[in-house]
Amino acid sequence: MASDATQLRPRLVEGNPSFRQITEDIARPLDRTPDWTWWATFAFTLSALLVGVGMVTYQIMTGIGVWGLNGSVGWAFDITNFVFWIGIGHAGTLISAILLLFRQKWRTSINRSAEAMTIFAVMCAAIFPLIHMGRPWLAFWAIPYPNLRGPLWVNFRSPLLWDVFAINTYFIISAVFWYIGLVPDLATLRDRISARLERIGQMNIFQRVRWVGLNLRRWADWHKWRAYSLLSLGWDGSNRTWHRYEVASLILAGLATPLVLSVHTIVSFDFATSVLPGWHTTIFPPYFVAGAVFSGFAMVLTLLIIARRTMRLEIYITLKHLDAMAKIMLLTGSIVGLAYSTEVFVAWYSGNLYERFAFFNRAFGPYWWSYWIMFSCNVFIPQLLWVPKLRRHVPTLFVVSILVNIGMWFERFVIIVTSLHRSQLPSSWTMYTPTIIEVGTLIGSFGLFFTCFLLFIRVLPSIAMWEVKSVLSHERKTLGPAPDKAASDEVEQPADSVAPELRIKPEGAHA
Amino acid sequence: MPKDPKRFLIASFDDDEKILDSVRRVREAGVKIYDVYSPYPIHGMDEAMGIDRRTRLPRVTLVMGLMGTLTALGLQFFCAVWDWPINVGGKPANSTLAFVPITFELTILFGGLSTAAALFFRAGLFPGRSLEPLAMGATEDRFAAAVWLRDDAVDEATAKRIFHEGGAVQIEEKEVRR
Repeated sequence: MASDATQLRPRLVEGNPSFRQITEDIARPLDRTPDWTWWATFAFTLSALLVGVGMVTYQIMTGIGVWGLNGSVGWAFDITNFVFWIGIGHAGTLISAILLLFRQKWRTSINRSAEAMTIFAVMCAAIFPLIHMGRPWLAFWAIPYPNLRGPLWVNFRSPLLWDVFAINTYFIISAVFWYIGLVPDLATLRDRISARLERIGQMNIFQRVRWVGLNLRRWADWHKWRAYSLLSLGWDGSNRTWHRYEVASLILAGLATPLVLSVHTIVSFDFATSVLPGWHTTIFPPYFVAGAVFSGFAMVLTLLIIARRTMRLEIYITLKHLDAMAKIMLLTGSIVGLAYSTEVFVAWYSGNLYERFAFFNRAFGPYWWSYWIMFSCNVFIPQLLWVPKLRRHVPTLFVVSILVNIGMWFERFVIIVTSLHRSQLPSSWTMYTPTIIEVGTLIGSFGLFFTCFLLFIRVLPSIAMWEVKSVLSHERKTLGPAPDKAASDEVEQPADSVAPELRIKPEGAHA
Repeated sequence: MPKDPKRFLIASFDDDEKILDSVRRVREAGVKIYDVYSPYPIHGMDEAMGIDRRTRLPRVTLVMGLMGTLTALGLQFFCAVWDWPINVGGKPANSTLAFVPITFELTILFGGLSTAAALFFRAGLFPGRSLEPLAMGATEDRFAAAVWLRDDAVDEATAKRIFHEGGAVQIEEKEVRR
């Protein structure tokens, strides 16, 4: 019986959309002029971005001195933001690559937007080391190229240079992986417009210009068609191509998996290879990677909860997806909690005076509040997700995800600032307060991130259409056709709350 | 460059199981399948079509990944040990372990980029590629099988019959430049 199987494994796509319906649902936002909520949000995020641009411009023209850094605290807001944003990106790669290797089909509805998020997050992250150089126009000095200064090479023993390679590789591979996933969908969009522009194929350029004329709709269609044609590389859905495509995707997933683990490992080396109490610990790599996935999933949840509601994608991004993400957050949040506790235990058990002081100072020193914000947001609050009802309660998830984002930002702040501000030499003890420039730059990075994301959902399909179709076809075969649901509002309730006898069984069910 | 037009028999389906079944039976009847077009990869279609050799993309990844490893090791060794050794904190010039992270990253970078490039190259995908589509709707909700009617030896009638029995929603002959 279809319903028995459904209860064992809830459906990933709810309702019973046809393939054409899937294309329509997902491509609809790309065709329409955005409504006022989009414009209002866009205006808001763009203003935030402009604040950041202003602050960065001022900082570059004046110098790093406009930040609140001092002799003891030489790293603070910028590196906190850098690590925070890199961490955000990790969930995207986890969803797209690691879950692909584990054959977790629930990734299909969310992988596209999560990967986009990765790319934008890495862009935000890259800004901070760049502006911290003080003279960002010389950033290319970090690349080992034959130069006229000796040639003077970069220092390959420095974790900061490892970062340069790790972040660039991560950005490039993520972008390539994302693009390859997009190609079939771009072809779908191309052909969708082709149907409307049926005649255009036979026209020469002059005829095209005359035909488009002053008709804005035709003009937009023609330009979209050109862009999608160019980017879809002439994809025609050939099975010979699919064969290679699937192998290539699998290889890239296999490469991206160790890559994503290595990136945050290398980021943690920035701290772990130093001899500063609170930084000089061997658990940093796994601790950072777990924290990165944790914060990334929180950000994916925040974004998708908004996106599924505003873009009416509830039948594709179901409560089952949110539930699965909440479980991963619970797991990684608990790993992070274990790491915090281990640090404290080792600081005490090692008998190392300085190590012990560093952790005592974190929890009860002048920055105690940041430590406890971190601890409560990252360890205590996610424990709510043990309750299945709360994992499927969208407002709770939304609040938890935002709190986790805040907590994870403070984690990096705690690690960086509290370790630096009281070193072994009490005469150099000091406090750090961010200036308005630093806060404005952080706001600007959020502006950049959300502006990019808003543009992305306007011009590219935010859900991988071909993957959803594939999953749906598989589900129809293994579970039978999904029961029709009258209103999309009902999708909000979990699939298994509908009693089997109440389900409408469509004709021709082959279960 | 436009090529000569070729004649194709194209059978469209609205279900992936039907096309899989028909393709398998057409091939068993001795007719070669030119290609199958679908909105998503169909599991088992490779065997049905008789593609018995797996793609060699993994070899590209392996070779180019190793190239990345060697490039990274060579570059770091050349710069830090041979060309201009600089004393940084008293660490040895040849700090091989410190070279591992960058070596790892470049291995992934070379392997990944070349896999993607090889995919696009072998599949003939490039910007501006304009091919007359064999089957309309194959990127949306149609599944189409194409048989190249190369000469009279191709048993067109049998293929048509099997496709028809298999539930094709449309069977047509088309001249397309390929």
